[in-house]
Amino acid sequence: MATDVLDALVLLTNFVVVPSLAYGSQLALGALGLTLVYSVLRFANFAHGDVMAFGTMTTVLITWWFQSIGIGLGPLPTALLALPFAIVITVAAMLLTDRAVYRFYRARRSSPAIFVIASIGVMFVMNGIVRFVIGPDDQQFNDGERFIIKARTFKQMTGLHEGLAIKVSQGLTIVIAVVLVIALFWFLNRTRTGKAMRAYSDNEDLALLSGIDPERVVMVTWIITAVLTTIAGTLYGLDKSFKPFTYFHLLLPFFAAAILGGIGQPVGAIIGGYVIAFSEVAVTYAYKKFFTYLVPADWAPNGLLQLLSTDYKFAVSFIILVVVLLVRPTGIIRGKTI
Amino acid sequence: MSYLTGSDMYGGYGGADILQGCSIAVDKGEIAVVVGPNGAGKSTAMKAMFGMLSLRSGQVLLGGRDITALTPQSRVRNGMAFVPQTNNVFVSMTVQENLEMGAFIRDDDFLPTLEHVFELFPVLREKRLQPAGELSGGQRQQVAVGRALMTNPEVLMLDEPTAGVSPIVMDELFDRILAIRQTGIAILMVEQNARQALNIADRGYVLVTGENRFTDSGQALLASPEVRRSFLGG
Repeated sequence: MATDVLDALVLLTNFVVVPSLAYGSQLALGALGLTLVYSVLRFANFAHGDVMAFGTMTTVLITWWFQSIGIGLGPLPTALLALPFAIVITVAAMLLTDRAVYRFYRARRSSPAIFVIASIGVMFVMNGIVRFVIGPDDQQFNDGERFIIKARTFKQMTGLHEGLAIKVSQGLTIVIAVVLVIALFWFLNRTRTGKAMRAYSDNEDLALLSGIDPERVVMVTWIITAVLTTIAGTLYGLDKSFKPFTYFHLLLPFFAAAILGGIGQPVGAIIGGYVIAFSEVAVTYAYKKFFTYLVPADWAPNGLLQLLSTDYKFAVSFIILVVVLLVRPTGIIRGKTI
Repeated sequence: MSYLTGSDMYGGYGGADILQGCSIAVDKGEIAVVVGPNGAGKSTAMKAMFGMLSLRSGQVLLGGRDITALTPQSRVRNGMAFVPQTNNVFVSMTVQENLEMGAFIRDDDFLPTLEHVFELFPVLREKRLQPAGELSGGQRQQVAVGRALMTNPEVLMLDEPTAGVSPIVMDELFDRILAIRQTGIAILMVEQNARQALNIADRGYVLVTGENRFTDSGQALLASPEVRRSFLGG
């Protein structure tokens, strides 16, 4: 009986907790970028998902090239090696976009609505570039070792019926997300440039009076956003696969996470990312086996005990988004500054 | 010629001119106060001298140099500091961070200035790790003035520093402003509390509809029956 409870817990960890932690980390990194752009440039960046696709596509192409000439990282995915190069290219693309599009509207002091529409334009262009270069199909670029712990090894080690598998991509995602978040908060709270960014997002006029250069703040914001999204996109791609349309779809959970946490608040974006991920996975998981372990054999449920089919997982983000906007529009953490 | 001089200033926010040829000047180690009825263009005159609105005619001189065409940011780099009336602190940042942001343009060691600000406003040292948004109105004003002082300015401009604070806090603030004058900074301020402000002023300007109506030392203006009758309520 005691092992049954353990089995049930391992089952839940394997199919709900670990995937949600990885997915939540990816969402958190994405939502962080969205929230930073919102708090500094003051608009909701609809191009975020497709910028992520662009960054990931660059990683995929460089990874393929490395694989073709036989460069690899052994047990770790080659994509990690390609990532720094992809980041540089994505940063350059973001800065070019800013120069070509957003700077024009900044100079005119356009309203946030105009910026949002401009970002939708950027979204279509990025989307087009990605499909033109790599095509709309699913792409695999993961290599190296697949698992940190395999289900079978876990079973042998513990003697339980249920196995716990942790993929390399999941472990990497969580470790990299933690490191990035620590680095980001160190940057925002300890460095002069980071503080200037917070000051600018807090009170633009006073920042100008203090001699803070807005163009520099904006530039740093795009650089950080490009770094975060490229990494988030690559990790998501390693964990699942790379398909441009999926990345466009990720915009919804990103927005839901950022708004749930309180848009403009980095801590909020992280909390929001994990809440959305856990809700999405927990609601679409079929609990039949879980309960079978816990209840006497003749009580075993007939149905799947799945609240929502995985096809409808986006409904979870949508519902959370709508409820938050209705009940607590400010999000978990109030305010709109970093 | 005074250190900072705005002469024959005409201008406004598009539409009709709010400033109708007023002139304001302040020297180092001096407090100049601009008073006048609502809508007289007091704050507008100050913003014009800081470059926050462009003049249709007239000029602004700083240390004998024509700075009429400079942006507010470059005026900051040239030794002018401005404390806006509202939204004058970074509410989400700590007191210390607010002061650090004041020193943003400086490449030299700003710790002596920070120490000086803490000596001037001891309560800020106590609250230095608290977000400025959590402070009382009077303390916020101190942060705002402190932030401006961190640029190490020659000229400090204050737009109604005592708006919305209690009489006790107002007295304290004026007391601190007198202490700042001791350091040889030129102080120009616009005040709603005319009587108290003129009391500490070396120069007073009474503006009416964008023109100079009376100009004299603060004490002389306070003593003038005409000024008392029309602007100070008897």
